Amino acid sequence: MAKHTVTMTINGESVTAEVDSRLLLVHFIRENLDMTGTHIGCDTSSCGACTILIDGKSVKSCTYLAVRADGANITTIEGIAADGTNHPLQQAFHDQHGLHCGFCTPGMIMRAIDLLETNPNPTEEEIRWGISGNLCRCTGYNNIVKSVQQAAKEMAKEKEATV
Amino acid sequence: MFSCKTSPEVGGMGHSVKRKEDARFLHGKGNYTDDVKLPGMLSMVMVRSPYAYAKIKSINKEKALAIDGVLAVITGEDLAQYNLHWMPTLLSDTQMVLPTDTVMHQSQEVCAVIATDRYIAVDGAEAVDVQYEPMQAIVDPFKALDDDAPLLRPDKEGQKDNHIYHWERGDKAKTEAAIAAADVVVKERIHLPRIHVASIETCGVVASYDKDTEKMLIYLTSQAPHAIRTILALVAGHVGLSEEKIRIIAPDIGGGFGGKVPVYPGYVVAIAASFLIGKPVKWIEDRSENLVNGFARDYHMDCELAATKDGKIQAFKVSTLADHGYTDSSANPSKYPTGMFSICTGSYDYEHAFAELDAVYTNKAPGGVAYRCSFRVTEAVHAIERMVDKLAAELQMDPAEIRFKNFIKKDQFPYASPLGWSYDSGDYDATLKKAMEMVGYDDYKKEQAEKRAQGKLMGIGLCTFTEVVGAGPSKDFDILGIAMFDSAEIRVHPTGKAMARFGTKSQGQGHETTYAQILAEELGIPYTDIEIEEGDTDTAPYGLGTYASRSTPTAGAAAAIAARKLKDKGKKIAAHLLEVSEEDIEWEVGKYFVKGAPEKSKTIQDVAFAAYTNFPPGMEPGFEATHYYDPPNLTFPNGAYICVVEVDEETGAIDVKRFVAIDDCGNIINPMIVEGQVHGGLTQGIAPAMYEGIEYDDEGNVLNGTLMDYLVPTAVESPHWETGHTITPSPHHPLGAKGVAESPTVGAPPAIANAIIDALYPLGIKHLDIPITPAKVWEAIQEAKAKA
Repeated sequence: MAKHTVTMTINGESVTAEVDSRLLLVHFIRENLDMTGTHIGCDTSSCGACTILIDGKSVKSCTYLAVRADGANITTIEGIAADGTNHPLQQAFHDQHGLHCGFCTPGMIMRAIDLLETNPNPTEEEIRWGISGNLCRCTGYNNIVKSVQQAAKEMAKEKEATV
Repeated sequence: MFSCKTSPEVGGMGHSVKRKEDARFLHGKGNYTDDVKLPGMLSMVMVRSPYAYAKIKSINKEKALAIDGVLAVITGEDLAQYNLHWMPTLLSDTQMVLPTDTVMHQSQEVCAVIATDRYIAVDGAEAVDVQYEPMQAIVDPFKALDDDAPLLRPDKEGQKDNHIYHWERGDKAKTEAAIAAADVVVKERIHLPRIHVASIETCGVVASYDKDTEKMLIYLTSQAPHAIRTILALVAGHVGLSEEKIRIIAPDIGGGFGGKVPVYPGYVVAIAASFLIGKPVKWIEDRSENLVNGFARDYHMDCELAATKDGKIQAFKVSTLADHGYTDSSANPSKYPTGMFSICTGSYDYEHAFAELDAVYTNKAPGGVAYRCSFRVTEAVHAIERMVDKLAAELQMDPAEIRFKNFIKKDQFPYASPLGWSYDSGDYDATLKKAMEMVGYDDYKKEQAEKRAQGKLMGIGLCTFTEVVGAGPSKDFDILGIAMFDSAEIRVHPTGKAMARFGTKSQGQGHETTYAQILAEELGIPYTDIEIEEGDTDTAPYGLGTYASRSTPTAGAAAAIAARKLKDKGKKIAAHLLEVSEEDIEWEVGKYFVKGAPEKSKTIQDVAFAAYTNFPPGMEPGFEATHYYDPPNLTFPNGAYICVVEVDEETGAIDVKRFVAIDDCGNIINPMIVEGQVHGGLTQGIAPAMYEGIEYDDEGNVLNGTLMDYLVPTAVESPHWETGHTITPSPHHPLGAKGVAESPTVGAPPAIANAIIDALYPLGIKHLDIPITPAKVWEAIQEAKAKA
């Protein structure tokens, strides 16, 4: 198996490693870097549990080779808030009971970050379509929608405060 | 409504406190089975059968073993040396761990490859050369009983055909006589297809055997770790795995829904592999393996409902054919092979009922998972609720009116059902009335009349179900002989903080919060001061686990009673501290005080400290209590659900406009969590109603074994759910609670099916089996038009 040296930034830290050509990015993150917040729920890119940000865009890391991420800037669930603090989406999922078992939650939050970046004030329908690449089997989605709505408001306030 | 006895800071029952378990999940710090990494850990991957029914001619391991990093290929022959190639199912049938000569369903485990990492194990699995001799599979359960059908289980002594068992309940002769004499009889064959729980986390195990200590440590995606430990000890005791040496830890579980109750062959092979190799072995199912193995439902029910011409129900008969696949691995209590199916008489008061069931073997995956329902309640409720609507349509009656006419009335509880249950409590009229008000039933009926006049298809569907949960009284309920009680152990520390451990296991239900709330309610210790632990068989008290909505009815009750034992002990300590006799001490939440002198008081924290520092002479020190709760009866939650749909006649597309769910689950511990559970269950109800169903071709190939074609609803398919409650406490549960999480999965499918069929009624369509897809609707419309 051919080896490749890759360098990428993950949650603000530069990482260099030698990887097999076929190694999936999700396995690189989980197995090589021991960051297990990014989950695997399927093998067809259907469930979105493995969603991360690559250069700010949400990507299903189960369908992305580690070698392709050479030079990329990657954010995972572990990197969206400083220790002991919450990203507005993490706070909103807690406040609105937007999670039950928690397995889809990291992917759902990473997807929602991208959604709110491109559409800071989405309607309920836009949220539902916006997270439709991520499956949740527990919540019935009502409270995930409410969580994204709460976070949108909070993030708008934060943005206003910094302008 | 329920009023809170405690302050929000104490957070007892009725408070929507935020969940204590959230932080780790939100920060990516959950610890699921696949997150477990042990030094030297090996990876296991299964080789699976491409055929539904075939002889295994040979298994050649050579090429696989030649791959650098592949350490072993384990076959049925290898396990047979230790007599570990077969295992018992939870219902006393037998299931192959790995086959020695025949595969019985597509995707059955054929052998296991152990390697240094998952990629190499997959290479190894690709390289194993298995030669098969395919045979004609039995796929249709109705053909399984044909005279010329091949005998699928010749391994079973005395097995002459593919019939597994016959079960019946009720008075057949009287029921048939009542049906024969009735004014009106409606009949239907209703199929509830195979579906899969499809929790987002699949099943998996990390087994780690230490040859020096002889301890087997197992991280397992298990809803019932104690029961599984006992079963393992019974199955593998002869090779040296005895119960005190087995420690099962069920870490965080990414959704269970019943799918993580059974023992899967992969668990056993990984455990056996670790035992033989002496290194940790991890096996995690991939999604296709998960979707093709294990199933729920698959009942074909012939129903007959008889009534007077003015709509009074008189008798119900249902004869079922159950397709169990190649082994009956239903996760049911042993005296209940069909689970609680006999709840099928529903929420209605009538005298005669008869239910019977015949189970057969086919070349499909084993299962009978109690998927988010208390053992076959979903099937039972679908049968009666579809039939009541069919009767209403036949009599041109409003489906609400026919329900009010037949409901068991509030003053009839406890109600002895015709098939032998004692319903504990309910106010069915109130629940349905509330649902009708919330949805605006009368307005929708008017709108429907107007739309029908314009030729538009609009439907209103009702379901008024009664559930039976909380297994159960030990005289009736056991799994492989182990009584279905559950347990709580509370330790209050000297500083007044506490921890409690339970025999159950949360998979997202929020036990770390709700159990703490029960203890806060009983002891007045703030819920934030109480740590909850479950899932480790070395530390938690023995219990049968979490499924069948049993955690609140059993372990929740155990928590309340254990807390009351502590409160009694605390009273003696308080009397000692306040220098009065015990009879002079009274309790209000969190505090003991002297009768008539409330200023003389000791808090529960003062008393806890004294239990370790200044207890009455002769008293046993410490402030701990344990209780094993054996419920006197099951609990019977009920609900009234109303669904409004519009159907596009051109395309068959179904638009769910409204869905209102009123649940009565007795007293509520945390309304936020209850509402969340109902939302989730409703989405798992619309799933089989409109989207999901495992499909097979004539060869027994699964046609939709991935999430690309097995349609788990997304946020787009899932409607905006509207929920509410009536509260009728359970008279026998210490907290008046009943359990809730399965009600929506049970109640939603018939409500949705009834709504869609109601929409199609003007076209003469009287029944459709679920899943009711646009394609099925479109075909039915074409057929109806052709007939007209």
